[in-house]
Amino acid sequence: MNITVTINGTRHTGEVLPDLPLLDFLRGQGCLSVKRGCETSNCGLCTVWLDGAPVLSCGVLAVQADGRAITTLEGLQEEAAQFGAFLADEGGEQCGFCAPGLIMTVLAMARELDDPGEDEIRAYLAGNLCRCSGYQSQLRAIQKYLAWRKEER
Amino acid sequence: MFTAQEYARPATLAEAYALNQRRGNTIIGGGGWLRMGRQRFHTLIDLSGLGLDNIKEEDGRFTLGAMVTLRQMELDRGLAGAFGPLFVDMAKHIVGIQFRNRATLGGSLAARFGFSDVLTCLLALDCEVELAGAGTVPLPRYAQMPYDRDVLARVILHKNGRRAAYESTLITHTDIPVLTCAASALGDSLRVVIGARPGRASALDGLSLADGPERAAQAAREYFSFGSNMRASAQYRRHLAGVLAARAVRRLQEVNP
Ligand SMILES: Cc1cc2nc3c(=O)[nH]c(=O)nc-3n(C[C@H](O)[C@H](O)[C@H](O)COP(=O)(O)OP(=O)(O)OC[C@H]3O[C@@H](n4cnc5c(N)ncnc54)[C@H](O)[C@@H]3O)c2cc1C
Ligand code: FES
Ligand code: FES
Repeated sequence: MNITVTINGTRHTGEVLPDLPLLDFLRGQGCLSVKRGCETSNCGLCTVWLDGAPVLSCGVLAVQADGRAITTLEGLQEEAAQFGAFLADEGGEQCGFCAPGLIMTVLAMARELDDPGEDEIRAYLAGNLCRCSGYQSQLRAIQKYLAWRKEER
Repeated sequence: MFTAQEYARPATLAEAYALNQRRGNTIIGGGGWLRMGRQRFHTLIDLSGLGLDNIKEEDGRFTLGAMVTLRQMELDRGLAGAFGPLFVDMAKHIVGIQFRNRATLGGSLAARFGFSDVLTCLLALDCEVELAGAGTVPLPRYAQMPYDRDVLARVILHKNGRRAAYESTLITHTDIPVLTCAASALGDSLRVVIGARPGRASALDGLSLADGPERAAQAAREYFSFGSNMRASAQYRRHLAGVLAARAVRRLQEVNP
């Protein structure tokens, strides 16, 4: 089936099989920031945005994205680096495996929620698992990043 | 992961229904649950072209399309205005917001999972489902029906003054629940719903809110049947049913003593 999607602002048209996960389609288009983790909608690693909303690309089919806009980490380089610096400062990144999905979700939250408190941050990020950090350092990094972002505006 | 040969996005509900009568074809909502299986489908029938992705409020009722996502239900102001934090409490432990941005109401009800937070919650309210073939069916009846090839188009939720509170127990935050519970009251008339027993959720009607949480707890322990699986024993579930029912009733009383 033929689909047309916008990936990070650029239109792509391609022939896809009906059962091709969006994750594989995006990697095939060179978006290698999109990582395969559990593949069962449990870990959050494969998070991308579909029309601005974070979704799990392992659980969406490429055909379901037809006509829509997809954002991956490749399209958010500057912001990702800004948040990444806070993550590094707080020791929130150890093996780094969870980082692509975490960053995509944090940047979506920064757009969606106005001044979220700790509980709201925890609830928004519940679907992003990390096996190393114990989440406290990530939480500090997110809070400091959000505070910095607010000042910058 | 399943396989499929064709993908269709019908333009009418009748077309979707007709396509779904063919064995080997399947409706796809968010696809979140389907992808966990290894079935081999012929055609995936995507309902996203039917305008079933919105929540409307008119004439004292909400009409929710089958493609409304769980996240939409959590964030909808009309639903929050009528039912307070009910839908947030229902959805907050279901995987994560990325998942709930895709998982649909239709898929959640049609699958009629025993563990379903969504079924438990909606059984506490007064709802009907609109099926493409069978027409309008009360939710409690739909919940007990065997699986067939009908298509769930909409859920009608009556705004009749019934209030509800939702409680669940999980082993870890985003796991499938060990037990789900919703209590609702219309005036003094109290209903308790228990799901993840681990069988499908069902409701106990005809209790009195004025009798208080302990009486509701006792009724929940005595009325429902419970089973054991890897998450909990029947005995533990029976105990939990009483605890969650009492909590939910206490919350109902706090809002309107
Ligand atoms: C890892 C994981 C954890 C989960 N945890 C929970 C949990 O804790 N609590 C909970 O309540 N739920 C949980 N769920 C279920 C989830 O919330 C959704 O209910 C589920 O994914 C179904 O929604 P969907 O839109 O993805 O449906 P799909 O996967 O698209 O469809 C599910 C089934 O319903 C059928 N179907 C879909 N839409 C219709 C329709 N309109 N008419 C007729 N048939 C239809 C499909 O053919 C399919 O058989 C979990 C799911 C996963 C994958
Ligand atoms: S790879 Fe998609 S949620 Fe884990
Ligand atoms: S830093 Fe290792 S999984 Fe998160």
